[in-house]
Amino acid sequence: MAQALVQVRGVSKSYYRDSLEIPVLRNISFDIPEGEFLALMGPSGSGKTTLLNLISGIDQPSGGDLVVAGENIARMSEGQLAKWRSQHIGLVFQFYNLLPVLTAFENVELPLLLYKLSKADRRKRVETALTIVGLGDRMDHYPRQLSGGQEQRVAIARAIVTDPTLLLADEPTGDLDKVSAEEIMTLLSRLNKEFNKTIVMVTHDPRAAEKAHSIRNLDKGELA
Amino acid sequence: MLMNLIYRNSFRHKLRTILTVVGLAVAVMAFGLIRTVVDAWHAGVEAAAPDRLITRSSISITFTLPLSYKEQIEKIDGIKAVTYANWFGGTYVDASNFFAQFAVEKGNYFKVFPEFIISPEVMDAFNSNIKAVIVGQKLADRFGWKVGDRVTLIGTIFPGNWDFDVVGIYKGKDQTIDESTWFMRWEYIDETMKEQMPGRAGEVGWYGLQLADPSKAAEVSAAVDARFKNSSAETLTETEKAFQMSFVAMSGAILVLLTVMSWLIIGVILMVLVNTMAMTARERTSEYAFMKSMGFQGYHLWGMITGEAIVISLTGGLLGLALLAAIVNVLKAGLSAWFPVFKIQPLTWILVVALAIIIGLIASAFPVIKAMRMRIVDGLRVVD
Ligand SMILES: Nc1ncnc2c1ncn2[C@@H]1O[C@H](COP(=O)(O)OP(=O)(O)OP(=O)(O)O)[C@@H](O)[C@H]1O
Ligand SMILES: [Mg+2]
Repeated sequence: MAQALVQVRGVSKSYYRDSLEIPVLRNISFDIPEGEFLALMGPSGSGKTTLLNLISGIDQPSGGDLVVAGENIARMSEGQLAKWRSQHIGLVFQFYNLLPVLTAFENVELPLLLYKLSKADRRKRVETALTIVGLGDRMDHYPRQLSGGQEQRVAIARAIVTDPTLLLADEPTGDLDKVSAEEIMTLLSRLNKEFNKTIVMVTHDPRAAEKAHSIRNLDKGELA
Repeated sequence: MLMNLIYRNSFRHKLRTILTVVGLAVAVMAFGLIRTVVDAWHAGVEAAAPDRLITRSSISITFTLPLSYKEQIEKIDGIKAVTYANWFGGTYVDASNFFAQFAVEKGNYFKVFPEFIISPEVMDAFNSNIKAVIVGQKLADRFGWKVGDRVTLIGTIFPGNWDFDVVGIYKGKDQTIDESTWFMRWEYIDETMKEQMPGRAGEVGWYGLQLADPSKAAEVSAAVDARFKNSSAETLTETEKAFQMSFVAMSGAILVLLTVMSWLIIGVILMVLVNTMAMTARERTSEYAFMKSMGFQGYHLWGMITGEAIVISLTGGLLGLALLAAIVNVLKAGLSAWFPVFKIQPLTWILVVALAIIIGLIASAFPVIKAMRMRIVDGLRVVD
């Protein structure tokens, strides 16, 4: 059997408040195969965001190994991780995190600045990404000129513009109304089906989770 | 694209940036103005001729020397010519109308001080009329004097009302030469003193000595002072530059104070920008965190934050220089009596631009270090 795209092996994570250890994740192991659309669910404070952050390499585990696309990111230095993220990870958050001074086009272009690409190549990629999310006609709009749902679609375009190995979303519909949330879920599901993107999504919303292939539940730092 | 981001970030909070820039500009203007005044003070010293010595009383510039020294100085080796002059110190209409008044030896003085351009006709008129006066172009402009005017000064050192005939207006041979001096005849004072206070006749404020060879300045001055050692009026002979410096030194304490002030202003500028950058960086914490999550690294953040600080400080600096140029232009006319050369020195321009960049670097250092050290997960948890 082929190796899974993401292998989580005995991962634990603790935070320290003063010298007090607060365990957040305990000995977690599971695989995410390529092309998967996984929903992570669980009560608030169960460690969903923490786990997602470990997989995306913006945080590092206290113990265990995390092999993503053949590389053990639990052992990388910060500089290596930064480079690795720019090549393999697309991130989407609840509050979009667009830069307000940049247009939709420029926001999506931002991660491409870390690549050696000509301006024309960048333009082509940005236009493609924005067209996929259905905002080909809003490229010159600033975030404040867009609705919440549109902002989140720009954020998704930005996450996919580098064609990452993994698309990771933390409550992408958490701040949206029902209709916009529905549109975002349809978009993510399309990205998974049509473009074969591997997606891990944290969500509280059972309706959103329905669109995923599989659901994993976290409870008190352990997989249920 | 990143340049664009830096530029747009700089003007994101328009009001805050404008207030900061205006604050910086006013401070830079004050800094530049102080420097310009201090430079103007020193300009007279820089204009001093290297081939001239000034001999004065060793006690103080306010003590006089006897006229008889002239012949004795002329005999000393290495001296080409000797002339003499005195302060007059009169008041024109009102004490606030200050300008320098020199009573000079007829004929000879302007040979030793050839930087004042005077036509032969004017020279003749000066030499043949004991009440003659030659005034500088700027001084004539200031009081509207023309050749042929009769002007009265009230003496302070030499009491009484003194009438003068304006026989000519001189110009400096270049920009650094003072054009606001009043040159009258030394004999006018002397003749009057002979009549009214014989004890004060034959007094000379200082001698101007022209050297045959400027490189012999040290030996010649030593020889002059040795000549009058142990006499009732000992002398102090120095280069014209050193002599001018002793005037500057009188105001030395003020100059030091001004210079200290100008650097304090730079300190204030730095604090203003430090404050602005700290506020800005705090608000952008989650943005910096997100950029790091995308793979941007420390040096990218450094470029962004420092770039922004430099954009602001340079804008303030350049605006300040523009204000400075305007104000110097306005003040120049009014200050010409004190400062023949009142202009912004190139070093001031360079200094302002260099300091703007350095201040930008320093002001952003703390936010940069904070942003670099910040853990992404912590930065992302900050919701604005
Ligand atoms: N940087 C941190 N420092 C200290 N404690 C932290 C930190 N990040 C998370 N925690 C703690 O770890 C636990 C899990 O947090 P996490 O954000 O992963 O939960 P979550 O499942 O995503 O919750 P939610 O559904 O509310 O987003 C919580 O108790 C939280 O307080
Ligand atoms: Mg969470």
